[in-house]
Amino acid sequence: MDRNKRPIIDTVRGLVPATGSLLRTMGTVFMHGFRKRETVSYPEQPVYLPPRYRGRIILTRDPDGEERCVACNLCAVACPVDCISLQKDEADDGRWYPSFFRINFSRCIFCGMCEEACPTSAIQLTPDFEMGEYDRQQLVYEKEDLLIDGSGKDHDYHFYKVAGMAIAGKDKGQAKDEDTPEDVRTLLP
Amino acid sequence: MSWWTPQVTAIFWGLFQALVILLGVVLLGAVLTVVERRFLGLWQDRYGPNRVGPFGTLQLVADMLKIFFKEDWIPPFASRGLFLLAPILAFASLLLSFLIIPITPGWGVADMHIGLLFFFALAGINVYSVLLGGWASGNKYALLGALRASAQTLSYEVFMGLSLMGVVAMAGSFNMRDIVAAQENLWFIIPQFFGFITFLFAGVAVTHRHPFDQPEAEQELADGYHIEYSGMKFGMFFIGEYVGMVLVSALIVTLFFGGWHGPLLPPFVWFALKTSGFLLLFMLLRASLPRPRYDRVMSFGWKICLPLTLINLLATGAVMLWVGA
Repeated sequence: MDRNKRPIIDTVRGLVPATGSLLRTMGTVFMHGFRKRETVSYPEQPVYLPPRYRGRIILTRDPDGEERCVACNLCAVACPVDCISLQKDEADDGRWYPSFFRINFSRCIFCGMCEEACPTSAIQLTPDFEMGEYDRQQLVYEKEDLLIDGSGKDHDYHFYKVAGMAIAGKDKGQAKDEDTPEDVRTLLP
Repeated sequence: MSWWTPQVTAIFWGLFQALVILLGVVLLGAVLTVVERRFLGLWQDRYGPNRVGPFGTLQLVADMLKIFFKEDWIPPFASRGLFLLAPILAFASLLLSFLIIPITPGWGVADMHIGLLFFFALAGINVYSVLLGGWASGNKYALLGALRASAQTLSYEVFMGLSLMGVVAMAGSFNMRDIVAAQENLWFIIPQFFGFITFLFAGVAVTHRHPFDQPEAEQELADGYHIEYSGMKFGMFFIGEYVGMVLVSALIVTLFFGGWHGPLLPPFVWFALKTSGFLLLFMLLRASLPRPRYDRVMSFGWKICLPLTLINLLATGAVMLWVGA
C-alpha cells in the first residue's frame, strides 16, 4: 500500500516505537544513577600509571654509581622540540660526561624519542606527571635535578664495561666479550 | 493602636507569605543549578561539582561570588535599553507566575479567579525577553536563537493553553484552588492523561529546556539569544530558566497531581515531594534525550501535539456532556 495515502496512521505507527525508545533511553540513563562512578578523585585517590608511562625525564647511573650519560648529543638531536641542551666534557679517567645537562620541561612533549635514541640507557622517562609550577622558569631542570642515584629501568647495563673505549683502569680489549685488538703491524707483508 | 485591625494583620501576613515564597523560589532556582549538575554527574557515572564544601554544597556560593564579580559588559553595538530590559523580563515574568500557585491550603500569594490565564499571559510576555535579548544583542547567533525561540514558543503556547482546557472544564474554574479542590478524590492525571503529556511537552518547550532547547543550542548557536550577556545579566537568564523549571513542575503538580493532596504527610511535604519529582524528571530529560532538529520540533508541535490536545478537549467535553446528561 502507498505510504503517503495514510499519513495519520503512519504517524501514529511511528510514534509508538519512538516513544518506547525515548522511555527506554530515560530508563537506562536513570539506572546509571545506581552504578559505580568512573571518576578517579585524583589528588585523594592515587592514579595508576603503567611502568612504561612517559612522564618526568631522569638521568640514571650505571651499576657502579657513575653517570651513564656520555654526552653524545643524540637525545638533543632526536628531540622534536629541541628542549634538551648539554655540553660534553671529559674527566681525568677518560670518561665523557655532560658538564651541564638541561631539559626545558615547558617545551618537552614527553614523546620518549630521547630515551629511544640514548645508546647508554642514561636518559629515561618515568611514570610521574606531577610537575606543576607557578613559575615557568622552575620548569627548566638542570643536571642535579635530573640525575638520580639508581639505574632506572635498565639495571645491569654498564656502557664502559661493554664498549671498546679505553678509560683509566680498563684498556682496549678488556671489555666484556671483546677480543684483544689486532696488532695491525703483524698483518704487514 | 486603633489602626491595627485584623485587615492590617491580613495584609502583613500576605506580604510575609509573598516574600517567603519569592525568596524560596529564587533560592530554589539558584540551588537547582548546582543540584542539576550533581544529578547529571550521577547519571553519567561521574561526580559533578563536589569540591567546594561537603559534597559540593557550597558550590552555589562560589558560583554566585564569581558571577557577581564578573565584568558586566554591554556590547557597543547592542541597543542598550532593550539589552537591559530582556534579562529583567526573563527573570520576572516566570517568577511572577508563582502568584497563582497554591502551595498549601493556607499558603499562596494570590487567590485569583483568572488563575491559569495569568500564567498564560506571563508565559506570553516571557517570549519578549528572549526576542528582545536576541534582537538587542546585535549578534547573528543571538538573532537566530531569538527567532527560533519565538517561533517555538508561539507554536507550543497554542496547545499549552488548549491542553489545560480539559482540566479547566473538569474543575469548572480557572482558579487554581478550585482546580486543586476538584482533585480531592481523583487526580486529573487519570482523566486528562493526554492533556498532561502535551502540557509536559509544552512546559519543556516554553522553558527552553532539553530536548527543546533549540533557541540556546550550544553546539549550533553558541548559546543562542544570551550569547552577548555576561555577569549577573546572564545570571538572570540562567536563574530564570530554572525558575521556569520550578514553575512548570509546580503547575503540573497543581493541575494534574492533586497539588497538596496526599495521605498522612502534611500538605506542604506532599507538594514539595511531587514538585521535586518533576524537577528530577526535567533533569532526567536533559541527561538522556538528544536535541531534535529544529523543523522536527515545529512539526511535532503542530502536527502531533496540537491535534492531540484538540481531540482530548473534544473527548473531555463529550464525556462531560454524556455524564452530565
